[in-house]
Amino acid sequence: MIERHVFTCRELVELVTEYEEGALATEERLAFEHHVAICPPCRGYLAQLRRTIRLGEAVRDDELPEPLRAALIDAFRDWRRASGR
Amino acid sequence: MVDTQTLPSVTATDAERTLLAELRLGNEDAFTGLVDAHGPAMLRVARLYVRDAAVAEEVVQEAWLNVLRSLDRFEGRSSLRTWIFVILGNVARRRAEREARSVPVGELESAVESDRFFGPEHPRWAGAWTTLVDSWQDVPERRLLAGETRAKFREALSELPPRYAVILTLRDVEGWSSDEVCGLLGLSTANQRVLLHRARARIRAALERYLEQDEP
Repeated sequence: MIERHVFTCRELVELVTEYEEGALATEERLAFEHHVAICPPCRGYLAQLRRTIRLGEAVRDDELPEPLRAALIDAFRDWRRASGR
Repeated sequence: MVDTQTLPSVTATDAERTLLAELRLGNEDAFTGLVDAHGPAMLRVARLYVRDAAVAEEVVQEAWLNVLRSLDRFEGRSSLRTWIFVILGNVARRRAEREARSVPVGELESAVESDRFFGPEHPRWAGAWTTLVDSWQDVPERRLLAGETRAKFREALSELPPRYAVILTLRDVEGWSSDEVCGLLGLSTANQRVLLHRARARIRAALERYLEQDEP
């Protein structure tokens, strides 16, 4: 049985980013952690959000299309020539 | 939201000042180094403003031209990276003006749809979840990182208003600090956090819809 918390689940999901960014006051943070410790759906939500954040790193692809890169280098050479460097 | 705290700022590092001096001398290696370091992220950010891939590449090109032309005026009061992204944002927004996104911001107001919780009138469970929330612990890492899941992430990202999508991209995809994103966008830490919160919540919801279908 879930006892009455300082935050409802609905309120808690709105505090997740503040919690993750260390922006909650100590008392709020403790209430948040207490709630999460005894509330499986909120624990699930927090886990989902953390995996969502981690997935962000995986959508990074670290190369420019070669024609764009080449065009940028050409532009740099033009600029260098035009500005007499 | 009213917030009176001053904007955090990140100034140019020594390494950036050295790089800048090389650039001003016309050192091509310095330029390609900078393009390789920031170009891919710039292209990702440009695509959040303009949907067309070719137009996004033009935005990146125009931004770099503006960077080169303004190089002598850069004073190092922000980091070089922030300055480059300010220029990119200006170019991208101008190009995107005719391509206004259709997502009403009102829809972004709560992290989770309200029908997932018992209503305020419920005698015992007001504000509690009406459903279980799976922690995705049983979703294999392989599926979570699969191309299709990443495609869902990108799709959800592209449906966000650009302001939200840019913040999420810089923070969670590119790994920028909160201070640098605030400096770039002229936001207070608190405002940035609200926008990031809503953006993450939207992506999470999209992934939940996708991952909780049976594996094909």
